[in-house]
Amino acid sequence: MNYLSVFLSSLPGACAQGLAWGIMALGVYITFRILNTSDLTVDGSLATGGAVCIALMTSGVNVYVAILAAMLSGILAGLITGLLHTKCGIPAILAGILTQLSLYSINLRIMGNRANLPISVDKYKLLVSQRYVRALNLTNPIPVFVVIIAVIITVLYWFFGTELGSGIRATGNNVRMAKAQGINTDRNKVLGFCMANGLVALAGALIAQYQGASDVNMGRGAIVIGLAAVIIGEVLFSKIFSNFSLKMLAVVIGAVIYYIVLQLVLTLGLNTNDLKLFSALIVAIFLAIPYFKGGRKDA
Amino acid sequence: MLRLVDVCKTFNAGTVNAKVALDHLNLTLEDGDFVTVIGSNGAGKSTALNAIAGTFMVDKGQILLNDKDLTKMPEFKRATYLGRVFQDPMMGTAPDMQIEENLALAARRGKRRGLRWYISPEEREKYHELLKSLDLGLEDRMTTKVGLLSGGQRQALTLLMAAIKKPDLLLLDEHTAALDPKTAAKVLEISDKIVADNHLTTMMVTHNMKDALAHGNRLIMFHEGKIVIDVRGEDKKKLSAADLLEYFEG
Repeated sequence: MNYLSVFLSSLPGACAQGLAWGIMALGVYITFRILNTSDLTVDGSLATGGAVCIALMTSGVNVYVAILAAMLSGILAGLITGLLHTKCGIPAILAGILTQLSLYSINLRIMGNRANLPISVDKYKLLVSQRYVRALNLTNPIPVFVVIIAVIITVLYWFFGTELGSGIRATGNNVRMAKAQGINTDRNKVLGFCMANGLVALAGALIAQYQGASDVNMGRGAIVIGLAAVIIGEVLFSKIFSNFSLKMLAVVIGAVIYYIVLQLVLTLGLNTNDLKLFSALIVAIFLAIPYFKGGRKDA
Repeated sequence: MLRLVDVCKTFNAGTVNAKVALDHLNLTLEDGDFVTVIGSNGAGKSTALNAIAGTFMVDKGQILLNDKDLTKMPEFKRATYLGRVFQDPMMGTAPDMQIEENLALAARRGKRRGLRWYISPEEREKYHELLKSLDLGLEDRMTTKVGLLSGGQRQALTLLMAAIKKPDLLLLDEHTAALDPKTAAKVLEISDKIVADNHLTTMMVTHNMKDALAHGNRLIMFHEGKIVIDVRGEDKKKLSAADLLEYFEG
């Protein structure tokens, strides 16, 4: 009974975290499912988003401007990975790793050579904060996350339905066909990386505010959490959600479920140090399921 | 008019695996020519088509299409002037996208892709008519994902996509080789119709001697990166499979 009450009281926090990471998972969805590549930049760009946002806010910049700047920094990170991949011929995964690694140094510099940059909810006007996660009013971060996610899904749904967006989908789906149909596949890949990392950095900015600090290590393993969200969402909802906007919603729900399950196992006594191992196992298992089932055949 | 002038391509140049694929190739196609292309494996047929399409850049020579110099143009830009159908039915379409999405992508070859919606209602009607002309029942499945279609259906759709912008040159690279004989015949029939209806200048690579003789107004044969036979018009009509086999062996 005690476990249950502890678990229930931690549910709002898990939901809020899941929603915040759901934004980041939407970024991962763009590269992993739409572009059909794995972009490892996200581990770095998430922390960049947090670092830029908190560094700007603590020097007096408005929260919305800071968030926008954070997104731009993520877009820039995606641009670098995209150019390394398309213009320098470096495989996408490796290009992402290179950007991610360099971002570690850059993030430290953004935070004034500190590994952690706190921001107090008492002194600054934050958009979302962990402190109010159980509040029954508009300071609660959960509705804020929900609104932001609704806007993102609407914009992405529209964008990927445009001529440009459907060209990006074709690029990820069949690059040879895309080229034969006159689609600038290199530019589209770069664009996809930019969008994805823009979203990831936005998530980083929100997560940093939510937890009251930006940390140079906050993005470590982010790609795995993003993949977990994408895959959990697909495994649970692929049969009932076929519309593109619902598929994106499934990703966000996947992230929330991931954090609820995480909360559950923590309540049951899992050592927090073992979390990353646990996360990796979840992703490995869910990735392997379709393979063992006899396989989705990727054309 | 297509002109290949002294085109050379060596793969793995400078290594023990060096392979001369195109050896000072010269070829001129008149507008409206429908050329069937034959030759043994590795003779350079598909390499020639890929050189025109820009899959790789040639080492030497010039590729001119209606006096536009394609030689150094990237593949996606050349697509403005070309229509292509590949041997592998999986290659010419986006499997996870709908039939109408694939057609709409093809209809925007050479146009700037902006933030307008990917398809307009008028286009939908036009595509419905186009698909109806194939007589495969695809007009009632316009929102079906292409991955669910059969190989023959996909090749027919790819043909429509290739022709939709009335390209200056249509490149068919053994596009029936992976199909069963009945489907192959149907796809060839559709190809003939599309080429005739749109007066397309066409190159069709085939391994099937009979098809090479039965289609088009001109036949060329590749051997070791060069064209060794080039017959057209009445001479082509007189040609028999036995004649061609003789060349193959001789």
